Amino acid sequence: MKALAARRHHRLAPVVLLLLALLTTGGIYAALAPSTANAETVSTADIETGKKLFQANCATCHGANAEGTDGVPSLVGVGAAAVDFQVSTGRMPMQMSGPQAQAKPRQFGDEDTAALAAYVASLGAGPAIPTDDQVDAAQGDAANGMALFRTNCAMCHNAVGAGGALSEGKFAPSLWETSERNIYQAMLTGPQSMPVFNDANITPDEKRDIVAFLVEQREGSAGGNALGSLGPVSEGLWAFAIGLGLLIGAAVWIGAKSS
Amino acid sequence: MSENQNPRTDASNEVTVAPEAGNAVVHADRFPDPGVPEHKHRLTDTDPKAAKRAERTVTLLFVLSILGTVGSIVAYVLVPPDGTTAGVRLSTLLIGLGLALSLLGIGVAGIHWAKTLMGDREFVQERHTLATQGEARETAIRDMNEGLEDSGVIGRRGVLKGAFFGALALFPLAIAVPLIGSVGGDWNISKFKHTMWQRGTRLAIDPSGRPIKAADVTVGSVFHVVPETTEEFRETHEWITEKSKAVVLMVRLNPEDLRTDQSPEGETWSHEGIVAYSKICTHVGCPVALYEQQTHHLLCPCHQSTFDIADSAKVVFGPANRRLPQLPITVDDEGYLVAQDDFAEPIGPSFWERLK
Amino acid sequence: MSTATHDTQREAPAKPTTTVGKAADYLDQRTSIGVAVKEFARKVFPDHWSFMLGEIALFSFVVLIISGFFLTMFFEPSMALTRYEGEHPASMHGELMSVAFASTLDMSFEVRGGLLMRQIHHWSALIFMASIVVHMMRVFFTGAFRKPREINWIVGLLLMILGLAAGFTGYSLPDDVLSGNGLRITDGVVKSIPLVGSFMSYMIFGGEFPGHHIVPRLFTLHIFVVPGILLALIALHLFLMVLQKHTQYPGGGRTDKNVVGYPALPVYVAKMTGNFFLVFGVLALMGATMSINNVWNYGPFDPSPVSAGAQPDWYMLFLEGSLRLMPGQGTEWVIFGYTLPLNILIPAVVVPGILFTFLFVYPFVEAKVTGDDREHHVLDRPRNKPARTGLGVAFLTAFIILALAGSNDLIATHFHLSINAITWVFRILFFVGPVFAYAITRRICLGLQRKDRELVLHGHESGRIVRFANGEYIEVHTPLDEQERWLRVNYEAPAPLEIAPKTDARGVKRKGYSSDKRWQRLSRFFYEDRVEPVTPAELEAAHSHGEHDQLEDGESGHQAVEAGAGATSREH
Repeated sequence: MKALAARRHHRLAPVVLLLLALLTTGGIYAALAPSTANAETVSTADIETGKKLFQANCATCHGANAEGTDGVPSLVGVGAAAVDFQVSTGRMPMQMSGPQAQAKPRQFGDEDTAALAAYVASLGAGPAIPTDDQVDAAQGDAANGMALFRTNCAMCHNAVGAGGALSEGKFAPSLWETSERNIYQAMLTGPQSMPVFNDANITPDEKRDIVAFLVEQREGSAGGNALGSLGPVSEGLWAFAIGLGLLIGAAVWIGAKSS
Repeated sequence: MSENQNPRTDASNEVTVAPEAGNAVVHADRFPDPGVPEHKHRLTDTDPKAAKRAERTVTLLFVLSILGTVGSIVAYVLVPPDGTTAGVRLSTLLIGLGLALSLLGIGVAGIHWAKTLMGDREFVQERHTLATQGEARETAIRDMNEGLEDSGVIGRRGVLKGAFFGALALFPLAIAVPLIGSVGGDWNISKFKHTMWQRGTRLAIDPSGRPIKAADVTVGSVFHVVPETTEEFRETHEWITEKSKAVVLMVRLNPEDLRTDQSPEGETWSHEGIVAYSKICTHVGCPVALYEQQTHHLLCPCHQSTFDIADSAKVVFGPANRRLPQLPITVDDEGYLVAQDDFAEPIGPSFWERLK
Repeated sequence: MSTATHDTQREAPAKPTTTVGKAADYLDQRTSIGVAVKEFARKVFPDHWSFMLGEIALFSFVVLIISGFFLTMFFEPSMALTRYEGEHPASMHGELMSVAFASTLDMSFEVRGGLLMRQIHHWSALIFMASIVVHMMRVFFTGAFRKPREINWIVGLLLMILGLAAGFTGYSLPDDVLSGNGLRITDGVVKSIPLVGSFMSYMIFGGEFPGHHIVPRLFTLHIFVVPGILLALIALHLFLMVLQKHTQYPGGGRTDKNVVGYPALPVYVAKMTGNFFLVFGVLALMGATMSINNVWNYGPFDPSPVSAGAQPDWYMLFLEGSLRLMPGQGTEWVIFGYTLPLNILIPAVVVPGILFTFLFVYPFVEAKVTGDDREHHVLDRPRNKPARTGLGVAFLTAFIILALAGSNDLIATHFHLSINAITWVFRILFFVGPVFAYAITRRICLGLQRKDRELVLHGHESGRIVRFANGEYIEVHTPLDEQERWLRVNYEAPAPLEIAPKTDARGVKRKGYSSDKRWQRLSRFFYEDRVEPVTPAELEAAHSHGEHDQLEDGESGHQAVEAGAGATSREH
């Protein structure tokens, strides 16, 4: 990993990386597009099940053929990754309208989700669900992930993925509970307010580095309780609540007469 | 301090005041001062057992402190941080808890000792008017006047006085001028108005430095962009300073979402819905990086200035006043995105000479 | 030990016999230290928990120096670029960074106890500023800034400002992204200053932002210049405190002419030393268990990244909030081609300017409108100075609203609110909040004063109901003992200033009349509404008025009848 990191700064590295990225993407796409990671084989039967599920649960908003309605996006060409992300995090189906769809307990099991994804993927080509290998944090370079994360992600999701505010009541969620696969899919598909980070912008390897960085953050802080990793405001709050609280308590004790 | 006419109440002759009327003048329309409340004895004053108990508690606390110190040293020796997050956390915790115990032991012991076993009778000391009184004051005034008289400049020798104050006022300049003159480097503030973007500079991805093809910028994507440059330059201070001005945020919008593909000056600075704006906020210079894909709003996480990317990055909320400067872009022969030129205006926060 | 030293002083001619005595004698023969011991050993200090707040500030400063010394052994204030060779944290391995940042990582991950000291240092800084602010509140609300302590109030304010400077310069030393963006904001604010802004920016950074001079410069300021001045001013602050003797809370036997409390030796010294260890102990506990400013989360400074929750330490939040609240539209003026960004100048220069000016001038304004030139050593109960208390709470309200506005993004995420709506609410509250806070606080103070009158005149409710032969029920009230009563009647309710008439005896218009008139108006604002303390005559009247309620068993004859607010002066 170290040697790779050093070589990454070679002048030709960008070109090599770009080539690699294109090859990997192409290769993976070619290899996996027909059979996604979670559904061993996508059969016509799956697509049929997915279609039924779609029409029962999604068509009210997204239209009978997923072509979208007023203010609701079309799903043609969003790919299996987008469906898997939205459904497996419980964001879809949406229960009520609000500034944004929020993660909640998922309503479809793995099989139904796979069927839905297969159906939507059959409507038009789009990003496929990443393989386990692509989201394996152990293979990622956390240092490079950190560099990418802070440039591309930290402004919304906070430096270590604790989440942050967007405008008008929207927010970027915390990433600590999000699965590696969902993190990868979010980058790939750009759900809701989040922009898309396609494979030319952040290559699949780089995406895995970001996943590795975020997984590393789950170890907590080296300094003790992380206090939510929210930065100076929460530190100030705790300084008053715990520090000054204890010290004023002590002062009251010092000042009180002994009985 | 030592010259007051009141008899000094020093350490040896303090009086404990019994509850009685104070020395304030009693007015007909004022209540009399009831005096210091009666002294109440503590348990430890009256009960030798309680005193013994307190003594034992204090001793125990000091022993705890010693144990804390020892524990902290043991932790230092036996639990080296192995560098991992968990290892550093454990080492920090153990050394810290030992230190805290060693300190809190002494603190609690000392205060408990003072509260239970040291004398707790309140004393009353007189205050004296702070202004110097009586003869001391007279002497001080006389000495001061005599001293001034001796200087021989009161009311005369005006030129001498002028020269004296002039010299005193001016001498710091001999230090200040070289200091201030050098502290600002070359003082060339016109650098604020230019960045390293030039005609033909390729747009590259930050932080990897890969150049970007227009075809790779899909709708809804956001790219954090820097000027393409050499690997060597990217490891210098000059790069950090240049990057501070040159960072750009680039997105591709659906052509129908883009309010106009013309700059406010009427030129075409975008390429097929791809627009690039300075990432440095026109408010106080934070990187405005928070792009909401659906609303096309760009939000600054520092002070929440919000810019509408679909509408020439005009301000829609927050403390910023000016739109973000747009980087004019186009594509080169190989399909890479390049700058048409530098920004047409200074990037970043406003300054006095900005428009000069 | 104390007695031995003491005896040496008193029986100077006699030869000391104990070891301590001999040592003291040795020292005294060479330094006449006995004079100082005589002066200070049994000096009396009043005791109250709120007098310990300043001590907390002092002791956290001592902890700052101790932990800071530790850190300087490992920190390298250099901006030279290096690649981080350390394996931990993994997210930093092989990254290009300044030596300052690398040495911060090194002292955190490789030096045993290094991270502990860093965290203790940072927590101490937060507690230092917090205790200064709370100490100032105590001084303000009890009127401890009055003559002769105005100078010490100013010294204290300077200490607070230097504390801000110390915090700011230290915060930026690790050269991380978070503090780097803080510096960038500072640069933006500095540049906005008319005429000289651009040059000042060059002066601070030795060229364009960020350059490679700023960390060594801040380091010198942080470990030498600022703490040097802080130390000198702390010494002055304490010297003045000892010289003027400490203030005391009102109570029986406590007057402006005396000081009631415990002798420095041993009680006060023991408690004070104990408190130092408590403060240090609590800070060590915080440093051991709670992480603070994990700079590796933010990474080495790079001008492109920024993270959500980009805020300064709490004591700078009011400035951050002020910048966030200011609407930007139409507030940047161009005059003869020169740019005047009021959207920065107003929140970053004018607003803090007003806040600090208020603090600096308040003691002098209050003395002037009170027409008061006496020394005060007995503190006010806050309720007895309704206008002052109201103004203080209004000030705090403004400060807190600004600090909350500086945290609006976190409020938005934690309470699921729209950040835009929050900003608008705070924009309005910043103006309305302090006015309401003033009015409500003043009302509460006046109400508490009336309650005090009530208590003095009619005593405590005992809860005992008695029925008279004629069927009338009354509740028996027990009178206040004289200590309780003294606390409630021993205050002054100054009246607004009286000024000389507009014209003198010969009908000539007096010089300075309009200025006097203005001061009188301000004085009315302060003292128009007031509640006078109960006089013995009033108490007498209340007793005789209630005579028919007197109980047979003679057990103290005070009753609750109606609220006799006879002496309440003009009320609107």
